[in-house]
Amino acid sequence: MLKDFFVLGLNNLKRRKLRSWLTMIGIFIGIAAVVSLMSLGQGLQDYITDEFEKLGSDKIIIQPKGMGPPGSAGGSLILTSKDLKVIENVRGVEWAVGFLIKQGQARVGDESGIGFASGLTPEDRRSLNEIQGWGIIDGRDLKKGDKFKVVVGYNHIYGDIWDKPVRIGSNIEIEGYDFKIVGVMGKIGNPIDDGLLHVDKDILKEVLGVEDEESQIMVKTSPSFDTEEVAETIERKLRKSRGEKEKQETFNVQTSEQLLNTFQNIFAVVQGVLVGIAAISLLVGGIGIMNTMYTSVVERTKEIGTMKAIGAKNSHVLMLFLIESGLLGLVGGLIGVGIGIGLAKGAEYIAGIYIGTPLLQASMSPVIIIGALIFSFVIGTLSGVLPALQASRLKPVDALRYE
Amino acid sequence: MVERKKKTNNEIIRLKNVAKWYKAGDEIVKAVDGVDIVINKGDFVAIVGPSGSGKSTAMNLVGALDIATKGDIFLDNINIEKLHESDLAQIRGRKIGFVFQTFNLIPTLTALENVTLPMIFQRVPYEERVARAKELLTKVGLDHRLTHLPNMLSGGERQRVAVARALANDPEVILADEPTGNLDTKRGEEVAQMFNKLSDEGKTIILVTHDMYVAKHADRIYKLKDGKIENKSGRK
Ligand SMILES: Nc1ncnc2c1ncn2[C@@H]1O[C@H](COP(=O)(O)OP(=O)(O)OP(=O)(O)O)[C@@H](O)[C@H]1O
Ligand SMILES: [Mg+2]
Repeated sequence: MLKDFFVLGLNNLKRRKLRSWLTMIGIFIGIAAVVSLMSLGQGLQDYITDEFEKLGSDKIIIQPKGMGPPGSAGGSLILTSKDLKVIENVRGVEWAVGFLIKQGQARVGDESGIGFASGLTPEDRRSLNEIQGWGIIDGRDLKKGDKFKVVVGYNHIYGDIWDKPVRIGSNIEIEGYDFKIVGVMGKIGNPIDDGLLHVDKDILKEVLGVEDEESQIMVKTSPSFDTEEVAETIERKLRKSRGEKEKQETFNVQTSEQLLNTFQNIFAVVQGVLVGIAAISLLVGGIGIMNTMYTSVVERTKEIGTMKAIGAKNSHVLMLFLIESGLLGLVGGLIGVGIGIGLAKGAEYIAGIYIGTPLLQASMSPVIIIGALIFSFVIGTLSGVLPALQASRLKPVDALRYE
Repeated sequence: MVERKKKTNNEIIRLKNVAKWYKAGDEIVKAVDGVDIVINKGDFVAIVGPSGSGKSTAMNLVGALDIATKGDIFLDNINIEKLHESDLAQIRGRKIGFVFQTFNLIPTLTALENVTLPMIFQRVPYEERVARAKELLTKVGLDHRLTHLPNMLSGGERQRVAVARALANDPEVILADEPTGNLDTKRGEEVAQMFNKLSDEGKTIILVTHDMYVAKHADRIYKLKDGKIENKSGRK
């Protein structure tokens, strides 16, 4: 019986094709927006969580205040090698690594571009390789005393940073100084890391004219220590050595877990707002369905009378109209999911091609897809409740006499 | 000539002092005003009368499509004035077959689907109802029009589909309100012949008509005027 009603409902939607399509637009725009936003959001979250998992929960990151990409903080808000010393001496710190990441001009032949250069000491690099999964896939790593040698990020050789072929043994000019490529890093997956030029820290300072600066300091806590306690100690000690008051620090100490939480919170808010906006369009879509169903009930008054005359109960009429409006929602939802997946994949593709970032990954979880379909069917059905009730309550004679 | 079945004496429909009044503004319209009729199983009855005399109103009351203002209507000895809507729907679906002047086919459904629809409401299984619908459409001479939509059928063909639909659940009573009203004389006569045939098969038929030629097919004619039965005339 229910199956027959579905067939009848589909029949009626086909009968008024144009109107059905127009009605469904309201739903599928909303569903497409929700699906694409949620799947991209999910992908981004997966990626970030994954990155933090690689990082491990025993890490502490110290940055100058003023969030932004490493190297962008200016003025007095910098960390120095003195801070690094203070941190290294905190109990529970297994190792502390100071990064120096700076923007600079690079040139190969007559091509030039702005890129990030990273300066690390060889020991630091070894510590990091073990957590970031950084590794040399060709050539060799930097050694102590390697002046004017550079290990390049993956994209310099295999990506599209340079038009000319660049290989081990080629020269890259950084801020006017010639560096010889000795090694290539494996693909990390984000355009900043894959575009980095790794050179010796002291050389980088010299070349860029940087006095004493650490863009970021990363700490690994010793196995027997509590990461958060160590982070608190670091904060206290740094505050003291930099002569700053509590709550007015010019630096930021966060454990990897806190960092992940911060990310996820920001993220949840952003996604909530976006999905909320999309949900409003679904509400509008639902009202569209209600409107269409009311029109349909009026137009088919005589038909409803006929059905009652040949034995349809009120509940049958109610069901027929509910299923019809549910189908409007469901079919709209199906199209919406299709378009949503298309949009998300498109965004992923474009981001991959033009920005080279893996941050926008469309994550097509069945939960999102099935959830969206159920949701759209429910919206359709709910929107149909009032019109369907009106239809079912029509008195047979009145409906039959309706002109 | 086909031998007319011997009429049994058991009644199927009884109207007892039935009235239907409408309020139109300050006035009360007595569309049906104190009607007593007894119809036996297998009877073929015609109701005639001028426009507005209450024929359709009376028909709708008998067909359980409407509730009387006064009086009782017994169908198979059940007082349908006392029943709830869902029971009335059940009676309309099982015991009564309607044929309307305007055909009232569902425009989205094919001829075959229109005939199966009453059986869907009675939960007849798919194979069974399709077989039955084909049989009925063959009976009304439309076995070559099964997949046609109503708008691809002529008026006469539409009314034959409607007759097949009325027979779907094998009801005891066929109610036809001016079934030939929208047809030309020739098609009208064809449809009237179909009612003749159904009567021969033992169906109880009530036919409302303006057309005395059509009414002549009936065993008995009731003449309605201003909601009252003016006179009754037998054929034999
Ligand atoms: N819902 C209603 N409200 C008010 N008056 C009504 C209603 N339905 C019918 N009437 C009135 O009742 C009277 C009988 O109507 P009915 O439709 O039964 O006539 P009829 O004999 O079938 O006429 P026709 O031959 O033209 O079909 C008419 O005067 C009509 O205006
Ligand atoms: Mg009438």
